[in-house]
Amino acid sequence: MIKKLLEAENLFKKSEKISEMDRREFLKIGLAVTGVFAGGSIVSAVSAAEKMFPPGTYVEKYPYKPHYSMVIRVDQCIGCRRCMNACVSTNSVPDYGWRTRVLEKEVSDAIGQKGEFIPILCNQCNNPPCVRACPVTATYKDKQNGIVMMNNKKCIGCKICIAACPYDARYYNEEKGAIDKCDFCFESKLSHGEKNVACSVICPTDVRVFGDLSNPQDRVYKLIHQLQKPVWVLKKETDAKPNIFYMKG
Amino acid sequence: MGCAENSSLTNHIKDAYSRVLSGGPVYLFLACLFFVLFIIGVISGIYSIFIAGSRHSYGASREIPLAMLIATYTFFVITSTGLCLVSSIGHIFGVRDFMPIAKRAVLLSAITILSGFLVIGLELENPFRLAIYMFVSPNFSSNIWWMGVLYAFELIFLAIEFIFIMIDNHKVSAAAGLFALFFGIAAISNLGGVFAMLQGREYWYGPYLPIFFIASALMMGCASIIFFTVIAYRIEEKSLDDAMASSLAAVGKLTMIMLAVVMFFTIWKMVTMTVGGTETILVIDALVKGPFAFNFWILEVGLGMIVPFALLMGSGGRRIGIMFIAAALMIFSFFFARLDMVVVGEIVPLYWDLGVKEYSVLNTYTPRWREILVVLGGIGFCGIAFMFGEKIFMDSGNARRPEGAESEGADNEP
Repeated sequence: MIKKLLEAENLFKKSEKISEMDRREFLKIGLAVTGVFAGGSIVSAVSAAEKMFPPGTYVEKYPYKPHYSMVIRVDQCIGCRRCMNACVSTNSVPDYGWRTRVLEKEVSDAIGQKGEFIPILCNQCNNPPCVRACPVTATYKDKQNGIVMMNNKKCIGCKICIAACPYDARYYNEEKGAIDKCDFCFESKLSHGEKNVACSVICPTDVRVFGDLSNPQDRVYKLIHQLQKPVWVLKKETDAKPNIFYMKG
Repeated sequence: MGCAENSSLTNHIKDAYSRVLSGGPVYLFLACLFFVLFIIGVISGIYSIFIAGSRHSYGASREIPLAMLIATYTFFVITSTGLCLVSSIGHIFGVRDFMPIAKRAVLLSAITILSGFLVIGLELENPFRLAIYMFVSPNFSSNIWWMGVLYAFELIFLAIEFIFIMIDNHKVSAAAGLFALFFGIAAISNLGGVFAMLQGREYWYGPYLPIFFIASALMMGCASIIFFTVIAYRIEEKSLDDAMASSLAAVGKLTMIMLAVVMFFTIWKMVTMTVGGTETILVIDALVKGPFAFNFWILEVGLGMIVPFALLMGSGGRRIGIMFIAAALMIFSFFFARLDMVVVGEIVPLYWDLGVKEYSVLNTYTPRWREILVVLGGIGFCGIAFMFGEKIFMDSGNARRPEGAESEGADNEP
C-alpha cells in the first residue's frame, strides 16, 4: 500500500498537470486506508461507481430511470431507531421480522467517540444474488427503477433467497405467505406518487438520503458524484453491486 | 388379450400381497413401524406448514434458513445418486461383479429420491406453488430450478429403467439407466451448486461442494447397497449366495476407495480453511472444538470414516456382518455430516466483519421435535417402500451370477 502511495506521489511529481486518472488513483489509496477503520469496503466515489456498472457506462448511462438509491450518512445517526418504527408501521412489518435495522458498534478503547450506529436494509443490488437464486422468479429486479421486488403469489417459501442475500435483508412473512423485504416503500408510498421512503422521511438527523442516482439534480447523485468525502458500500467482495452507499459528513 | 393381461396383473398383485403378509412377525412389525413413522412425519409436516406455521414448528430461522430438513433432503438425494451410480457400474458398464446388486440399487435409488422429495415437500412453505411456477415462471439461472428438473428426469428414467429390468428388456433398461445416470450426476453436482453459488457464504462458496457431492454420493451408494442387501436377505431369511457375496465384496472395495477419497476431501477442506480468513477460521473453530465438535470428530470422522474404513479393511470383503456394521455406521454418520455442512455454513453472522453488537455472536440452531418427526417420516417412507419393494419386486434368493464369473468363496452369513 505504501509502495503504491509512493508510486502515486511520483506520478504527481512527474507532471505538473494532474490528470483525472492520477487524482482517482490517489483517492483510492487514501480511502482504502480509511476503510480499515470503517469496517466496510471503502472506495472513492468514482471507483465505487465503476465497480457498480460496466466500464464506460458510469457517467453516460445508468441502467434504470429513476435509479433509486440511498446514501446513508452514517456519522449522523443517533440510534433513535425511528426509521425502524416508521418502516414497521408503513409496511406492516410483523414483530418477528424487519426490513431495516440500526446496528450498534461500540469501541470502548477508541479515542473520542466510542461508538457508532450503522443502518442496514436491502441493498437493491444491481447483481442481486437473491434474484439469481430464486427458482420461480418470485423475486426480481424491476426493469424500470431497479428495486428488487417480490411477487408474493409466486413465492414457494424455499428460503434460498434468504441464504443467498449477503445483507440479511429477507425474512419469511407468515401473513403474506412469502418472503418479505425492503422495496424502498414502493408498494406503500412510491407507487402512490410519494417521492420519499418512510425511514428517510422520519429521520431527525437526515441520515438516510433517498433519491435517483441517475438524476444530476438529485441530492443522492450529488453526494455520490463528489470526490471530497469517502463513499463506501458493504460487502463489496460479493460483487452484488449494491445501491446503498455509506458516507460520513 | 387385455383380459388375460388384467388377470395376470391381478394375480401378480395378489401374490405380492400374500408375500407381504407372509413376511413373518419381525418383517410385519418393522413394516408397521416404518408406516407409522411415515404417517406421523407427514402429519407433522402438514400441520407445521399449513396450520401452526413453520416459524412455530421448525428450528430454521432468518439466521439459519436452511437447516435439518434441507440436510435430510441432501442426505437422501446424495444416496439416491450414489445408488444410481453403483447400479450403473454393472448394469450399464458391464462390470460383472456389480450386476447382482443392480436391480435393487435402481429400486432403492428411486425410493431414496422420493424420500428426499417427501422431506423437501414438507419443508417448503408453499409446495403447491412450486408445481405451478416451476413451469410457468422458471428461472434458468437458479440452481434450485435446475435441481427440480434434473431430479425429476432422473426419477423418470429410473422408473423406466426399473420397469424394463422387471420385464427383462435389458437393452432398453440400460439405455434408460444411462440417462438416469447422466441426470443423476448433473443433479447431484448441481445440488452442490445450490450452496456453492451463494457468494455471500464463504464456507459453501466455490467449486468444492459440487465435486465433493459426486464423490460422497458414490461412497453412500456403496454403503447403502451393502446395508440394504444384507437386510433384504435377512427379510427372506436366506444366506447370501456366492454371486451376491462376491458382488458385495467388490462393492466393499469400492466403498473403501470412496471413503479414502472423501477423507482427502474433508482433510483438504479443513486445511484450506485455516488460511481462508476470519470467518472460515470461526467455522473451523466451531467444528473442531466448538458446538459441532462432537458431530465432527465422533460422528463424521470417527464413526463415519475411520471406524468403517477399519471395519471394511478387517472384513476382507468376506465377513458380511462386519461390512454391514461399517455400512450402517457410514449411513448414520453421513446424515450428521450433511447436517453439519448445511448448518455451519450459516453460523457466522452476515455482518460479523462490522464488529457490531447485533452480529457479534455465532448463530445457533437446535432442531425442533416436529422437524425431527418429518425426518423420521422420510426414513419411514424409505423403510416401508424398501420393505414392500423387496416383497413385490425383488427375489433375493434368485440373484444370479453371470456365467463365467468366479466365486471368491466366502463366509456368507449376513
